[in-house]
Amino acid sequence: MIDQKVKIAIIGLGKMGISHLAILNAHPALEVVGVCDTSGIVMEALKQHSVFECFTDYKKMVDKVRPEAVLIATPTKLHFEMARFALERGLHVFMEKPFTLNMSQGEELVRLADARNLVTQVGYHNRFIGVFNEVKRLVDLGALGEVYHFVAESYGPVVTRKKEETWRSNPSEGGGCLLDYTSHVVDLLQFVLGRVDTVDGSTLKKIYSTSVEDAVYSTLHLDSGISGFLSVNWSDETYRKMSTQLTIIGMSGKLVADAQEMKVYFKTAPAIPGYEKGWNVKYITDLTPGVDFYLRGEEYSAQIDYFARCIQNRNAHGISTFRSALETDRVLNLLRTYTQ
Amino acid sequence: MERILFGDNQFFAVNHLSDEKSRAQAVRFKDDSAIIKVLDTVIDCDINTFMCTTHDRIANICDHIRRNPDQYANFQIYPCMPYAHKYANAVTELGIMGTLKEYMPSSNLLGTLAKGGLAVFKKDFISIMEILVDTEMKMFKGVRTDVIFIQNVITDLILGLGMYDFFRAFSDYVKKKYKAEAGFITMNLPMLYQALEKVGVENPIICASINKVGFRMTGGVELYERTLREKQMRVIAMQVFAAGAIPPKEALEYVCNLPRISSILFGASSRSHIEQNRDLINQYWKNDEAVLV
Repeated sequence: MIDQKVKIAIIGLGKMGISHLAILNAHPALEVVGVCDTSGIVMEALKQHSVFECFTDYKKMVDKVRPEAVLIATPTKLHFEMARFALERGLHVFMEKPFTLNMSQGEELVRLADARNLVTQVGYHNRFIGVFNEVKRLVDLGALGEVYHFVAESYGPVVTRKKEETWRSNPSEGGGCLLDYTSHVVDLLQFVLGRVDTVDGSTLKKIYSTSVEDAVYSTLHLDSGISGFLSVNWSDETYRKMSTQLTIIGMSGKLVADAQEMKVYFKTAPAIPGYEKGWNVKYITDLTPGVDFYLRGEEYSAQIDYFARCIQNRNAHGISTFRSALETDRVLNLLRTYTQ
Repeated sequence: MERILFGDNQFFAVNHLSDEKSRAQAVRFKDDSAIIKVLDTVIDCDINTFMCTTHDRIANICDHIRRNPDQYANFQIYPCMPYAHKYANAVTELGIMGTLKEYMPSSNLLGTLAKGGLAVFKKDFISIMEILVDTEMKMFKGVRTDVIFIQNVITDLILGLGMYDFFRAFSDYVKKKYKAEAGFITMNLPMLYQALEKVGVENPIICASINKVGFRMTGGVELYERTLREKQMRVIAMQVFAAGAIPPKEALEYVCNLPRISSILFGASSRSHIEQNRDLINQYWKNDEAVLV
């Protein structure tokens, strides 16, 4: 059982950061020892109405409160510098996605963490969604037979008209559909089906934005020889929120899954308990383990819980480490450079 | 509170099981008249409370209610605020400060503008909360609203951050300004109850997922059942069918036999579904002490 709480500090209190802070604070195995942001209004609210110790300089915070771990949820361009600082001081690091903006930075962070055997994690929360884990289980069991094609899709309503520029519309700061949306889909795809080797016929399409892409379309070839399509568009207002879907087709069956439900068709009766010949439908209610605190989705709490347990068990080889996130960065890089 | 409250998820393409079903609903309820038609069926089934999020389209429903006072004489709405996706998308686009500026009222009374601007300038967060409540409540002017709710994403965010004084401030404000009771939607009922007790919100109205399979019941079925038995609160059970995972009979029999349940919230699109659920609730809820606010 839990002997001592893990002391953790958080840097960056935007939309994701605030939500992470609430989850960290509610977690029985974690103690939030410091929060840091440069935005006046959020920090002021926390100063007035919470008990957190607040900082505007993350280096001073780390030196003063001596956490064992940090959660970094700042804009992507700041990830590298902050994570390097934390790893050099021997801290475990949870970082929001995407990982970094260039491969050499990412590689350096992976090396640093490996050398010190530190726990690292990147916030690719699809890896903690019950339905997608069941998809992975079925694929790993070979339930679909030899897989020959996939379609990995994600759509949502982030940029649906021409508008003022923010950091999300600046590619050098980590903006754009490639880094924001596509990173999630690519990460999920590699989690479920394995490593992407090459990309082909890629398009990075501007729809409403002027300096970044709003859609990414490509053919992906995996190490295993499987190929399939990637289709991502964050300018689709027919979706209420981000919706990610995987379709996988094999010699023995076909599967269509999003975060809520999985429909799987088997040509013959599979040797897997709970499944039969023909169509099977499994829902989030069947496939989602409970969490200790719920905010916006079980997966957000589940990933933090997993991070806490990795620290307690000193497990530096988790399921969404810096190393696996670097693999995702590599594919994003392939997609980016294909058109150049 | 009435025993049965009618919910709005089906109108706004919220389906916890299936994106495909969501899309079908979006098509069906494209026009406000389709929503009004279902609400009229609901009233015809003797259900007179509509619990809904402060979605832009609800403003049109409120207009319709105001235009037809006789038809909706016994009808009321329990607003649930805010419509989170509106603010979440705005924060993505404008940042937190930009969103505050965007949604603090500026077009109407000079007084409100001054109050809003001043509150942001002075970083007076209780006042900012009050002004945002007023902004969300504007569409309900002239419509009866006995209970005003905070949506679970905000309730649970405040809960996680430990900023419990906002719960008390919200409760005090809606009582003072709207002669209404505060309600709290949550996915963390046991933890929320403790927080409300700490800040002196007594016998609170809490709306939470309560179902036989423990879906979205943080801490588990046993902890929920114990909390309901041992603590004083008025509970609205939602997601009683666990998004369709439990057959109606089994689902409603379970919930109707729990203590402290004042109301059951469900949404449906057809008369037969509405009637079926209503009849099952009346059948299983034998102990019919009226629970009044």
